[in-house]
This record gives sequence, C-alpha cells and structure tokens, in this order.
Amino acid sequence: MLRRTALYQVHIAAEARMVDFGGWEMPLHYGSQIEEHHAVRRSAGVFDVSHMRVADIGWADGAAFLRQLLTADIDRRGPGRAMYSCMCNERGGVLDDLIVYRWDGDATRFRAILNAATADRDLQWMDSLVSSRGLRVECRPRPDLSIIALQGPHAADLLSRAQPDLAARAVPLQSFHCTHTEAAFVARTGYTGEDGFEIVVPSEQAAQLWFQLTAAGARPCGLGARDTLRLEAGLALYGQDIDESVTPLESALGWTVELDSDRSFVGRAALERQSAYGLLRQLVGLKLLDKGVLRAHQAVGTAHGEGQITSGGFSPTLQVSIALARLPAQVQLGDTVTAELRAGPAQARVVKPRFVRNGRALA
Amino acid sequence: MKVPPELKYTDSHEWVRWESDGSATVGITDFAQESLGDLVFVELPQLGRSFKAGEACAVVESVKAASDVYAPIAGEVIAVNEAASEKPESINADAFASWLFRLRPSEPGAQGRLLDAAQYTNNIAQHK
Repeated sequence: MLRRTALYQVHIAAEARMVDFGGWEMPLHYGSQIEEHHAVRRSAGVFDVSHMRVADIGWADGAAFLRQLLTADIDRRGPGRAMYSCMCNERGGVLDDLIVYRWDGDATRFRAILNAATADRDLQWMDSLVSSRGLRVECRPRPDLSIIALQGPHAADLLSRAQPDLAARAVPLQSFHCTHTEAAFVARTGYTGEDGFEIVVPSEQAAQLWFQLTAAGARPCGLGARDTLRLEAGLALYGQDIDESVTPLESALGWTVELDSDRSFVGRAALERQSAYGLLRQLVGLKLLDKGVLRAHQAVGTAHGEGQITSGGFSPTLQVSIALARLPAQVQLGDTVTAELRAGPAQARVVKPRFVRNGRALA
Repeated sequence: MKVPPELKYTDSHEWVRWESDGSATVGITDFAQESLGDLVFVELPQLGRSFKAGEACAVVESVKAASDVYAPIAGEVIAVNEAASEKPESINADAFASWLFRLRPSEPGAQGRLLDAAQYTNNIAQHK
C-alpha cells in the first residue's frame, strides 16, 4: 500500500497523473510536465513535497551533534540560517544530502528535511551516533507536518497576495534563510534553481495553503517538472547522482565539505585521504551536441576511460538534452565525449554541472 | 481517450491507416502519447529500409522515458513524417494526425492480424 500525503485528494481532484515515488503515491504531472517546468522558470509553481521527512533536532548538544554528523559546519551559521550538507559514513560515502535549518531566534533548535527514501535509515544513523557519542540530543520525526514548495521568479509577489501574514515574515528573507510564524515554518530554499520558498505547515492546514497559492496564480507542478528543473539547476538527486558508493568530492559537492576547523565529523579522515591522493572520478555536466536524449545509466566514452550518466533528460529551457555524468577525473570541461544513446552513439560536450539558474542559461 | 474507429491498432500502441494505394501509415496512439507524457524526441526509420512485423523501427522519447515504435506489419519504409520529428509535441497535440512513417507491405494478408478499434479499446481498458 502506497503512502499518501495530506494533499492526495487535492491532486486527484486536479486530475494529476499519480506515480509510485519511493513508496509514496505522488503527482508526476497535472497534464503537461513541460508547461509546469516553464511556469516555474517564468512565473511560479507549487509542489507538494510532503513525502520528504521533517525531523526536529534539539536539546543541549544539538549543535555539537550536527557538527559531528554533517560535512558542513552548522556553527558557521547562526539562527535563521539554512545549510545544505552531506551526511557521510566513515568511508566518506554519502548517506544522504539534506538541508538543516537553525531555528530563527533559538540557536539550540534545528530542523532537518530528509529525503523520503532514506529518512528511516537516516534517523537510525542519527540515533546511533547520539548514543555512541553520549550526546544529549533529541531527533524527533514530524509526520504531522506537510511541506509545500512555492518556486519561481514571481514566488514572493504571489505569496504576498496569497498569505500576507506569512509573506510579511518570508519575503524579507535572503536566500538560505528561514523563519516562522505561529502557523508555519518558511525558508527561502528550493530544488529548482529559482527563487522561492519551502513552507512547512501542520498537515490539516496543507490543503488550505495549497488552494490559496493556486488561487493566487501558482501552477500545480508534479515531480516530473521538479526533476527537469533540478537537473537544469545541476542539483543532485539522492539515489541517482549520489549514494553510499561515492563521496561528496566525487559528486561536485566538495563545497559542502568544510575542513577549516579541527571539527571531527563522520567521514572526515576518509575524505581528507581521498583529497590528498587525488580523485579518480568526478561529476560533470553533459550537453548533447547531436539529436537524441541522454538518460541515466547510459555509458559515456572518453579519452581517459569510460563513465556513466547518472541523470539525464531533455532540458525544456535549453531545448537540448542535458545530463549529469560521473566520468574519469582527467576529463576536462570543454572535452567532447561519446554517449551511448538509445538511438546509437552521440557526441556531448563536458560542461559545469549547472545549466540554468534564475531563468538564465549558463551552459 | 480517442480511438478512431476507421483505424487498425497493435498491442504495442501503434495505429495503422490503410491508404488507397495499398500502403500503411503508422503512428502511435492517443493512449501511448498520454502514457509517455510530453514528447521531446522522435527518431524516424530510414527511407527504403525493410522491417519485419514487430521489429523496432523508430524511437519516441518523452520527458519521462524512451519507447520503441514497432512495425505493425512487414514492409518497406516509403515515407517518413519529418514534421513529427521536428515538432514531437505535435504528437501529444494529436497523435492520429502526426503520423510517423508509411510502409509498403511485403506480405499479403497483414491487415487481418491487426486489432480493430473495439479490440484495442478493450486492451487499453485493461491497462488502467
């Protein structure tokens, strides 16, 4: 039996095409994935991402715990800040990637949003770290909460019309900052490469917020558009571009590994070793020069050996196929490589893994 | 879901229209385009190539997935619809207007092995 979010009936009423996504019955699209994609690049779209798991982390050693758990250092962020980080095992393999929020007005209170498919494993991992290190920390999953993402260049205007009280707190936020009202937690974060907000509310209020946002003009968007938007933005998808078999350094996420203090976090020694010995693999972007579509798992031939596409698809903004690929470390930006497409071999150019940001083409 | 009664169909969701010159025009059905989602790429067969019935001869790719298109009957490709390849979204807009290729049948009696509209409607009902 698939799990359903508090907005399930809303999606059904909107005639969404529902799919199994990591054990959750989620909307893939509401008619046209490409139109939903363009809506987010040009105006605003709204996503139900309540399959992701909210976990509240607090008590005396909350900050010390997060400094040991994560590759990025929470102590470099004050209250009201959001931090994207990897959570690694001792070998430096990525257990999950997540955003941790430091509560606005309370430096000892944190909120993490975990990937749906990894959440149970993450919470076990976190509990075992807490007990093995003898920390005073509480990690509390919040299945009573729903998450709605409002994304796009018009997100702030639209939120001001739909929810003036929430917007009064949310719109002044800078990117990667968060705050809350009595009714909602809100952060200026997202997974599309556009401006926008992620709003966490009690599940019984999710439908009302959804209707307010769509009535103000936000287009309902499914996980299909979410995937093409994040691919264009060059944002990794856990389980596809990153997993336990690779480190952040091999995944274009070296910037999340903060080594500038003597902080001891899980995986640090392995990551320092890998960094010292040099990388064998890297995650890069590919832009297809021929016709066709790059897809995950297709082989990529380079002058330095073979690699593989981790995520691929058609970019509605660039109107060509793009991909993320893990290739030998010697491959350089600008190189031409050969991807084995469904229709046969095709040439692709190696680019930075970031294709579109704030509606503009980068690659 | 549209299933025009004058056309023939296959289990793999191609439609076939018999032309007055004896050739067969082939496309993918409304059910197929709906299942695939927004189409972004179409690879058409080479003119002059011959295919066996059921052989993969074209590829349609959507935002979601790639899918082979099979030759509904044995035959030689005598025309392809470049417009569908240039504008794959035209197949989403009207799957029965945006044909993909035309075959000259190489075996007699091929028509009889295809599904009629009622049989195909019954088939797709079971997919739901």
